[in-house]
Amino acid sequence: MEIERHEYDVVVIGAGGAGLRAAIESRQQGKRTAIVCKSLFGKAHTVMAEGGAAAAMGNVNSSDNWMVHFRDTMRGGKFLNNWRMAELHAKEAPDRVWELEAWGALFDRTKDGKISQRNFGGHEYPRLAHVGDRTGLELIRTLQQRVVALQQEDEKLHGDAEAYIKVFQECTVTRLLKDGDAVSGAFGYWRENGRFVVFDAPAVVLATGGIGKSYVVTSNSWEYTGDGHALALLAGAKLINMEFIQFHPTGMVWPPSVRGILVTESVRGDGGVLRNSEGRRFMFDYIPDVFKDKYATTEEEGDRWYTDQANNRRPPELLPRDEVARAINAEVKAGRGSPQGGVYLDVSTRLPAAEIIKRLPSMHHQFKELADVDITQEPMQVGPTCHYIMGGVEVDADTGQACVPGLFAAGEVSGGMHGSNRLGGNSLSDLLVFGRRAGAGAAAYLDGLPSRPRSSEEAVAAAEAEALAPLRRAGENPYSVHHELQRTMNELVGIIRRSGEITEALEAVEKLKERAQGVGATGGRIYNPGWHLSLDLRNMLLVSECVAKAALLREESRGGHTRDDFPGMSAEWRRRILRCSLSGDASGVTVEEKAQPPMRDDLITLFDRAELAKYITEEELADFDALVKE
Amino acid sequence: MSYKAKFRVWRGEGGEGRLEDFTVEVNEGEVVLDIIHRLQATQAPDLAVRWNCKAGKCGSCSMEINGRPRLGCMTRMSTFTEDETITVTPMRTFPVIKDLVTDVSFNYEKARQIPSFTPPAGVNPGEYRMEQIDVERSQEFRKCIECFMCNNVCHVIRDHEENKPGFAGPRFLMRIAELDMHPYDVADRKDAAQDEHGLGYCNITKCCTEVCPEHIKITDNALIPMKERVVDRRYDPLVWLGNKIFKRSTAKS
Ligand SMILES: Cc1cc2nc3c(=O)[nH]c(=O)nc-3n(C[C@H](O)[C@H](O)[C@H](O)COP(=O)(O)OP(=O)(O)OC[C@H]3O[C@@H](n4cnc5c(N)ncnc54)[C@H](O)[C@@H]3O)c2cc1C
Ligand code: SF4
Ligand code: SF4
Ligand code: FES
Repeated sequence: MEIERHEYDVVVIGAGGAGLRAAIESRQQGKRTAIVCKSLFGKAHTVMAEGGAAAAMGNVNSSDNWMVHFRDTMRGGKFLNNWRMAELHAKEAPDRVWELEAWGALFDRTKDGKISQRNFGGHEYPRLAHVGDRTGLELIRTLQQRVVALQQEDEKLHGDAEAYIKVFQECTVTRLLKDGDAVSGAFGYWRENGRFVVFDAPAVVLATGGIGKSYVVTSNSWEYTGDGHALALLAGAKLINMEFIQFHPTGMVWPPSVRGILVTESVRGDGGVLRNSEGRRFMFDYIPDVFKDKYATTEEEGDRWYTDQANNRRPPELLPRDEVARAINAEVKAGRGSPQGGVYLDVSTRLPAAEIIKRLPSMHHQFKELADVDITQEPMQVGPTCHYIMGGVEVDADTGQACVPGLFAAGEVSGGMHGSNRLGGNSLSDLLVFGRRAGAGAAAYLDGLPSRPRSSEEAVAAAEAEALAPLRRAGENPYSVHHELQRTMNELVGIIRRSGEITEALEAVEKLKERAQGVGATGGRIYNPGWHLSLDLRNMLLVSECVAKAALLREESRGGHTRDDFPGMSAEWRRRILRCSLSGDASGVTVEEKAQPPMRDDLITLFDRAELAKYITEEELADFDALVKE
Repeated sequence: MSYKAKFRVWRGEGGEGRLEDFTVEVNEGEVVLDIIHRLQATQAPDLAVRWNCKAGKCGSCSMEINGRPRLGCMTRMSTFTEDETITVTPMRTFPVIKDLVTDVSFNYEKARQIPSFTPPAGVNPGEYRMEQIDVERSQEFRKCIECFMCNNVCHVIRDHEENKPGFAGPRFLMRIAELDMHPYDVADRKDAAQDEHGLGYCNITKCCTEVCPEHIKITDNALIPMKERVVDRRYDPLVWLGNKIFKRSTAKS
């Protein structure tokens, strides 16, 4: 069968916040841009984000600025963050949010008509621009409508709306194509009819989101099969920080079929509290040393903070997510959980019913419709859920370029920005800041390119054979392999990890890799989910192997990586980044250590010595002292 | 707590198809989409269905359940009796691709026909000032998750292919209203709403409002006010001009 071919300057894989922002930038810089996505345009995972986008605009508290945001981000990530990314993010997020407003977004307002900002875990000041609890929807719709606006412009100018930017929806990319070392395009299939398609393009931006579908209990959708992570690995790029997975502390726990669905952190930001079966606000018992002076030690102080933030410290329910998730886990293990295996999250006794419905409309709706719980009357039951991967493609902070020429990555699929733990609200802003940078990076790369690369026919034929394989054999049901992988990762490489269990998981993954080679898809090529899943398995398995291997190596606990057998945080390990690549024979993953470059002088001096001392080595501290003396 | 339910699911592709009977396990708390997934995992691996969020946020899983347009992920099995046969079919107004998946490109074409947000010249990003009360009207419409069930149910196009070219459907007529009510939008949208996007076809039956999973009052808050604006405009251009100037001056203050 003839393969459909399209020639573009830039192909963006993914139509979430990062992908759309990248595509808009590349088109605004005059590049012919394709947006390829697995689901319908406007349905990407970003649509689910609830709480908001963090940007130090200072609309609610004028003391806020990029330096405070930078410090919060580094603290949240336990100083493992790529500091250059954290810096760019903190500096540029306000402009990216304001730009959305100029494209038609309607954020909630302050009294003086500016964009309102809300409190969130780990952020010192109210910082999240939001629209009720459906901020992701506003973000994606605004970007989607911006793409349409650009198409309308092109229609007027060139008589063809799709001349410079076109969306290929329900089209899944299964391989990146290369010419020598450099990227030359991508290979994929149309979900609708199963036909194959090749994109010829010198620059590819990965914006495929996360990996949560390797876990049973997750807030993520079917799309999160780690495709971009795997595509990058297979194309020779490196993944960093893959051991760091954020388990969001508050997912629904009941009924079983909705287990894992997110309960937004805004519930706590707006006054909701966590209690165990004894009615105790247990978070006061879990404030770690590094945060001791920043959080309230009594309920009274915590409660006063909601109305007077200048004179009180915030309640510990608003600690970074990793702390809260571990605390809930520990309470449940100690037998102080709720009947359905979580803990209680209560706003009903904290805010008037009308206020709850106004501030948290989707949560009210979600619990009512899915669990028969009226959150204005009774507490919710919640527990940790696999939510976000901090790890991803190693990229240059300024341009989003990976080590493979022509390959760029932005958003959840990229790594570094969030260190070992992401603060709530920092993802939506990350998508905008680094989506734009990757789009600009791709455009600049093209400008410096002497000639267009070409994909070899052999590579296309190999990609085609790989994609057809599951249809050609009568093998095991792909759903059973998937379910087993999910159980393995959930139980053995979950929120609390041990060397023995991770090793067991790695053995299981090896076996599953073999079984995945033998899965068969019944039915034809038209919209066949069994076939699609068979192809996704390769990606989920590769990514799971990265997660497990890196988790086994990192012998400390930090952020989204907790080792029962190494409970402490180690200053030595902070200087080390684990970097995954495809093994020489392409059969698996190898992990190597890489040194974390020291923070730039003007950035490290934004911190107090006392705070740094909790994270960095004696040697680094001596350098810091010398620096401050100068 | 679990029981066996009887399901009839529409299966087929390329314009041909039939209802297929299944008996399938149902557990406590499950929704229709869970059952469709169980069918995929156990009996019909190639059964096609769209879904993403499974939390009523993305608008992918629109289908007709016992003839009513619903989100599969928000329709709890407990709303049916255990001996009831549950019939699941694709949205009727759009061509079927396969099983429960329809070709919704009509909606994307209509979206592109509506002129985009048009802010006044000279307002830079960061300078926008709007009162909460002024953004709330349009915010209601921006809750739309584009499930397209309102367009699916509207009788103007439900069984009238011939009306499709001239009618944007409630979803996109509401989009026009949303922009018209946006404090900073300066485009004139009234004539086009009537003449190009078919606002006049709507005879305010409110079927769209009834099926909207976001409970947006499409007819009362978007379509009827938009009709009134069109009428005002047509009979009294001065009123329109006054409104527009007023809108701009409050936006800037
Ligand atoms: C329930 C929930 C609530 C959240 N709330 C917040 C919040 O309040 N604030 C915040 O900052 N963050 C929040 N997050 C995190 C944030 O939403 C995500 O990290 C972010 O949206 C990811 O965006 P993205 O652009 O990287 O990818 P996505 O939006 O996930 O988009 C990925 C895109 O890639 C496409 N794709 C994937 N694989 C392929 C392939 N092989 N071929 C073609 N296309 C492909 C998909 O179709 C999709 O279009 C939340 C996450 C969840 C799950
Ligand atoms: S109110 Fe108007 S748009 Fe809505 S269903 Fe009825 S005719 Fe269609
Ligand atoms: S207005 Fe309501 S019914 Fe119509 S597409 Fe939007 S969410 Fe769906
Ligand atoms: S799956 Fe998203 S609305 Fe049903």
